[in-house]
Amino acid sequence: MSIFKKLTRGNSEESLEKKRQKMDAAVEVENLVVQYVTSSETVEAVNGISFSLAKKHTLGLVGETGAGKTTAMLALMNMVPDPPGVVKSGTVKVNGLDMRQLTPAELQNVRGSEIAMIFQDPMTSLNPVMSVGEQIAESIILHRHLSEKEALEEAKKMLAMVGIDPNRVGEYPHQFSGGMRQRVGIAIALACNPTVLIADEPTSALDVTIQAQILRMMKDLKEKNDTSLIMITHDLGVVAELCDEVAVMYAGRIVEYGTLEEVFNQTKHPYTEGLFNSLPNINSRQQKLQPIPGLMPDPANLPKGCAFADRCAYATDACRSGDVHIQHFSDTHYAACSAYLDPAFHIQRGY
Amino acid sequence: MAKKQSSAAAASVKQNRALEVWKQFRRNKGAMVGLVILILLILIAIFADVIWDYEQDIIATNSKARLISPCAEHPFGTDNFGRDMLARIGYGTRYSLIIGFSSVVIGLLVGVPVGAASGYIGGKFDTILMRFVDTFTIIPSLLMTIILVSIMGTSMINLIIALSISAIPVFTRITRASVMVTRNNDYIESARAIGAPTTTILLKHVLPNCFSPILVQATLRVGTAIISAAGLSYIGLGVPLPTPEWGALLSASKSFLTRAQHMCLFPGLAIMITVMVINLVGDGLRDALDPKLKR
Repeated sequence: MSIFKKLTRGNSEESLEKKRQKMDAAVEVENLVVQYVTSSETVEAVNGISFSLAKKHTLGLVGETGAGKTTAMLALMNMVPDPPGVVKSGTVKVNGLDMRQLTPAELQNVRGSEIAMIFQDPMTSLNPVMSVGEQIAESIILHRHLSEKEALEEAKKMLAMVGIDPNRVGEYPHQFSGGMRQRVGIAIALACNPTVLIADEPTSALDVTIQAQILRMMKDLKEKNDTSLIMITHDLGVVAELCDEVAVMYAGRIVEYGTLEEVFNQTKHPYTEGLFNSLPNINSRQQKLQPIPGLMPDPANLPKGCAFADRCAYATDACRSGDVHIQHFSDTHYAACSAYLDPAFHIQRGY
Repeated sequence: MAKKQSSAAAASVKQNRALEVWKQFRRNKGAMVGLVILILLILIAIFADVIWDYEQDIIATNSKARLISPCAEHPFGTDNFGRDMLARIGYGTRYSLIIGFSSVVIGLLVGVPVGAASGYIGGKFDTILMRFVDTFTIIPSLLMTIILVSIMGTSMINLIIALSISAIPVFTRITRASVMVTRNNDYIESARAIGAPTTTILLKHVLPNCFSPILVQATLRVGTAIISAAGLSYIGLGVPLPTPEWGALLSASKSFLTRAQHMCLFPGLAIMITVMVINLVGDGLRDALDPKLKR
């Protein structure tokens, strides 16, 4: 059985190398469309997003709940739950591998070793009946082909690296606090030193004091291991702390993309502006928050034109029909907003 | 040196787990009482032919000692053929336990893999398989067993097969249901995200988390199987006479209910205690195996 396993695994490793294309960036996504199709409705979760992530860079994926961030990242690992999820079109390349063209065995080889994910809720993302050591060791056994004993030793090292006493290797998830479980989750994701790491709101289930610790640790580990990181979050503070580039998502589209500096200091899209306005301002503590009015449209029933138009203070009739105009401000910075068709248009923030 | 230490560490993790489960189990007084009695019953079943001689004590009739009420010589009294009830009930432990456990084990061996595959793969595969299993569930299980035994003839093996077949749909359904709940957990997704193959996910992540409902159902089924076997023997479809199966003993007592109540009391008690004890152990085991319930 184990010989058989080794043989098939060896084969899929070889075939992986054959399928690998040369690529400068760590991740390249082109025109990705993902839908959830049920008998009663079609939820358009991701509607044609494209981006690329350079090696060792960190991309912040920002947007409110339901914007399609997590679905896009699941598609990146070719892990969209099917049914009901369907990847309609687009290419996803990770380290030169077209994830949509890989066989299940090849995918298993890539997941965990080249691309890994840290999950949002540490309370549910660990298996309650396996010790944390076994869970870290599992990935090491799968990808680094070590024996169980050696893998457990490695698991201890990983625990020490994320700041947990290695002697707790045999304990079960319920014996750890939320913050420590998230550290275990990070240890699992980093166990095989992946080149691309996806962190799906890794700190949103934790309290603020722990958040800072976890973020600092992720930053250190990322630099130590030369990992490219995609950070899904709705916390702009986290983005400012960690990211090199920022993509703002709304209703399954990237509405603004640029470097941290560009998106934060030269905000162009009205939605991004709305996000910043809804943050408390430390300089004027009496000021009321300005939330974005309304709700995100139902992704099963997206309006024509710009999905943000109904909530947008700058919206014109042109916004509610036809394709959304993509305005480029620099090589790296663009916003999807038809209002920029008028050369005199500008938003209020930073003007 | 370093290798030795690491192997010791790995071994101790496993050992600790077993020790933890045992510690936890020991705290449960009911389960411990159950375990002691169950072990006793199993020992009686194993050494039945050492304690009693089948020809002499179990089958040989003695017309002078008919229907004696419980006394010092015959603590459980004697039956209508003058045979010692204690010996017959004691020997009968063997049949009841074998029938109860083996029918459940066969039911588990078939039902759990089918249910797990059906629940995890889902879709058309699940629909077709489950409709097939449903055809077995719509016939009441006792009726099903009666039909099977009447077709195949009365013998212990046939009885076990019939009881297993009626147990399979129960295990298939319960495994499928808990697999369908478990597979949607985040930790299954995270296992996929580290590239674990489907079989590993099923065996290491999904099934262990479905363990407690299956285990509880299995222990309940051991009891049900023993009762069904007794019931079938009672109506003459179980283990053929003069084998001292408990149901057969009960069946034999029915003509003497007014004159010798001990003839139905003691086999009935034996069935009741055995079923109860197995359920107690099952509950204790479930609590001990669930790491979340540890205090």
